[in-house]
Amino acid sequence: MVSSTAYLVLAAMLFSIGAVGLLVRRNPLVMFMCVELMLNSVNLTFITFGNELSDIGGQVSVFFVLVVAAAEVVIGLAIIVAIMRRRPEASADDLSVLRG
Amino acid sequence: MEQLADLMWLVPLLPLLGFLFLVTVGRRLGEPAAGWIATLAMAGSFGAAVLVFVGLMARDEADRFAQLTLFDWVPAGDLNVSMGFLADPLSATMILFITGIATLIHLYSIGYMHGDPNFSKFFVYLNLFAFSMLMLVLGDNLLLTFLGWEGVGACSYFLISFWFSDEANASAGKKAFITNRVGDFGFLLATFLCFLVFGSITYGEMFSAPAGSMATVTASAVVLLLLVGAAGKSAQFPLYLWLPDAMAGPTPVSALIHAATMVTSGVYLLTRMNPIIDLAHDWVPDVIAWVGLFTALFAATIAVAQNDIKKVLAYSTVSQLGFMFVAVGSGLYVAAIFHMITHAFFKALLFLGSGSVIHGMDDDQDMRNYGGLARLMPITAGTFIIGWLAISGIPPFSGFWSKDEVLLGAFNNNRVLWLLLLLAALLTAFYMSRLVYLTFFGPRRWAADDHGDHAAAPTDADGADADSSSTDEAAELVLPHRHPHESPWTMWLPLVVLASLAAVAGLLNLPFSSDTKFLEHWLEPSLFGNEVHVTVSSGGKWILAIIAIVGAFLGVIMARVRYGDRRAAEYVDESPLLARGWGYDSAVSAFMGGPGRSLFNSFSRFDGSVVDGIVNVVPRLVHRFGGVLRRAQTGLVRSYAVGILAGAVALLAYFASRTTF
Amino acid sequence: MEAVVFVICAALALFGAGGVVLARNPVHSALFLVMTLFAIAVLFLNLDAQFLAAVQVIVYAGAIVVLFLFVIMLLGVDQAEDLAVEPIAGQRPIAMVLGAAVLGLGIAFVAFSTNGSVTGQPAATAERLDSITADSQMVSTELPDNQVDGTEVVPNIDQLGRVIFTDYVYAFEITALLLTIAVVGAVVLARRPGGEVQPIPATRQLVLADDSDDDAAGLDAANDTDGAADAASAEPSGGADA
Repeated sequence: MVSSTAYLVLAAMLFSIGAVGLLVRRNPLVMFMCVELMLNSVNLTFITFGNELSDIGGQVSVFFVLVVAAAEVVIGLAIIVAIMRRRPEASADDLSVLRG
Repeated sequence: MEQLADLMWLVPLLPLLGFLFLVTVGRRLGEPAAGWIATLAMAGSFGAAVLVFVGLMARDEADRFAQLTLFDWVPAGDLNVSMGFLADPLSATMILFITGIATLIHLYSIGYMHGDPNFSKFFVYLNLFAFSMLMLVLGDNLLLTFLGWEGVGACSYFLISFWFSDEANASAGKKAFITNRVGDFGFLLATFLCFLVFGSITYGEMFSAPAGSMATVTASAVVLLLLVGAAGKSAQFPLYLWLPDAMAGPTPVSALIHAATMVTSGVYLLTRMNPIIDLAHDWVPDVIAWVGLFTALFAATIAVAQNDIKKVLAYSTVSQLGFMFVAVGSGLYVAAIFHMITHAFFKALLFLGSGSVIHGMDDDQDMRNYGGLARLMPITAGTFIIGWLAISGIPPFSGFWSKDEVLLGAFNNNRVLWLLLLLAALLTAFYMSRLVYLTFFGPRRWAADDHGDHAAAPTDADGADADSSSTDEAAELVLPHRHPHESPWTMWLPLVVLASLAAVAGLLNLPFSSDTKFLEHWLEPSLFGNEVHVTVSSGGKWILAIIAIVGAFLGVIMARVRYGDRRAAEYVDESPLLARGWGYDSAVSAFMGGPGRSLFNSFSRFDGSVVDGIVNVVPRLVHRFGGVLRRAQTGLVRSYAVGILAGAVALLAYFASRTTF
Repeated sequence: MEAVVFVICAALALFGAGGVVLARNPVHSALFLVMTLFAIAVLFLNLDAQFLAAVQVIVYAGAIVVLFLFVIMLLGVDQAEDLAVEPIAGQRPIAMVLGAAVLGLGIAFVAFSTNGSVTGQPAATAERLDSITADSQMVSTELPDNQVDGTEVVPNIDQLGRVIFTDYVYAFEITALLLTIAVVGAVVLARRPGGEVQPIPATRQLVLADDSDDDAAGLDAANDTDGAADAASAEPSGGADA
């Protein structure tokens, strides 16, 4: 019998790994994957709470998060493609046009 | 009938319309249409002024205050100034002679400015000037008067530097404007004080304030500050030095502005504010009187030594204004206004006459090249002689009556004052006679065109010599060529009108009995009983009058003796000290150019470094702070991600502090 | 049984997450991500979210990660970035600190808090003896009218469907709109200026002889793959002008 705590702790760990990865990696695609990782940890949290509280709302939230994440990936990848089409070796640090 | 006085708004409106019309299409209309339109505008204004006068006359004496408010001009908190006009006896008198003389001078200018490339511009400025002067006089509050005050100052600048391509003319205009500004400073401070005490600057409200609302000290301060302003505008010592230089402008300008209208604004202002003068210390009017006296004497001595015909008249104006200030300071406002009116007539006449002479002598203004012009310019000479007699104080011309009133007031005030003023009157007669003899009589110091270079033969002093072909072996001078001629009708008609006015204007206020003192009764409502009553017996008045007449004749005879038949060869320049105006003007210039300039430079440096420095402290701090903050904008996504995550951690930490574990 | 599954899947998920972050080659990162997603899908099963487990596999692992791989391959960004160098000063230490802080705070909330001041509900570890059973039956708290006593076993997908199309129907419609916008946006963003069909970048062009058949075959294959990827969500890859 696994308590919800374990799932939640697992989700927290996944989230922090994703956060650190986002800050450390320079390749835009890998950064994006870290974002997906964080989203997944959130999904896990939702499902866990939905299960514990016997509320279908948790799963509904995950459903919508999934949809929005998919749409977000589409747009994000389109942007990345548009930027990196000309310079395949570009990293996130090169895109500093907004420097003040 | 009584409602006619409400037409006062027409009086300044017509010159304003003339100005606006000419400013847009004047150039295209050109000569002489532009001149006639301006003259007609002024004539219409004069007609309106007559109607206002008639309307006021038709009212009862106690009711002669017509007030008209057009709209709220400055509604600013406690200060509420409206665009309002006040037609009372004083302003009605002023607008009558201002518009009348202005119309005549507009007519004169059509002939005088003939051939000038900027003909229409001249009339644009003249109409604008007339509008400003009328606003000055008709305004019912200090701010509106100040509007007109500044307006006439600006127009004076425009008109003095009308021929600005000659740098001397441009400098003269600047000098006039800047000297006036010094005076305006005093006017403004006085206005502020009045507002501070009364809470309003409308004449009606100020003068009907409860007694004791203005302390004596404040009233004295106000009057002295107004005196500064009046001294600037009416060319009293020490701010008179712009007036002689202002002769650089065309002669009609000198006649209108610097004889009849603008320079009288100071006297008008002091007369208008007579209730405040009444509230001041007793010695304050004495200050006014002595300033006037000093100026009168000072300028008269300088006028004796001038060779430029217009400069003589300029100093004469300064001197006569001094007379008016003496009258104001002695409490005889009626005498001051009386003298203002007669002076306007004969001084304008003298200036226009001199313009006619200058016009006929090919723009030569040096009297040393004149002589014997009476036969050749009969109308000019005849009218000029009437003006001369008036200013010298020879009865029965108007100048005698008004000057006598002023002398009476001086006598009533202080014997020494009277004596010195008498001396000034004597000098007036002297230098004016000198001018007339040198110009119209005596030997010609110029050569007619059809004769060679010959010295003129000595002749009788009373007639010009028609025979100028005789030679004098002793003189081998080269004389300038001239062909003097009489001026066109547009120029001598105003002269004739003014001469007749100068002759009969004495009827306004004959001193013989109370019934003939028309002007005094007329002006009573505006003076609120502040007119000083002269405590001289009627026998004493006769004696004073006779002394004045004797003095005038003495001046004329002395001049005749000295200058009657001056030949060119015997001409001696007068004292150079007097000719240079006692060195006052050059002293002021030296001060302003030397220590004055370094003082002003230090002011501007202070302003640039200290004042601007203080103001710039805040922007500099902001700039520096912004520069520091700027470093956070790296443009790098990962740095921003750090920021986001840090914020999220902070939120979590906050919530963690709220839960109990 | 559940505990064993949990431990194995947790380990796999953590291992995959670490791999995503630490792999040098982006393709390897993507594959590690797939591993993590699978593990999480199994955990969903553990938590009685059967439908979502399936959707997770199909959509996330099957579409999104494939999309990632497409982009990686097409743009040729599969070269390794140099992980030894960190251009921004102090980034790594700060990242470590922040990550640790998030982890610590998260665990603190989850594991140790005793009252519901944050969420308004009792803490996750509070004793709820009657809620979690071995074979729990997910019952919606808002039962529709045709469920009388609420103790029947209702399939998960039914529950979801009922709620989505009644209580959350607005959100559902809006997500449909959102997806449409995403499609349009992707097309616009990835369009080349000029608009004509551009050839594949020269650096990545396959070395093919003058074999037009192979090209055609490649085209068909690409199209098919696109079609397969469109199963759950329709988004054409903007950069694919093959």
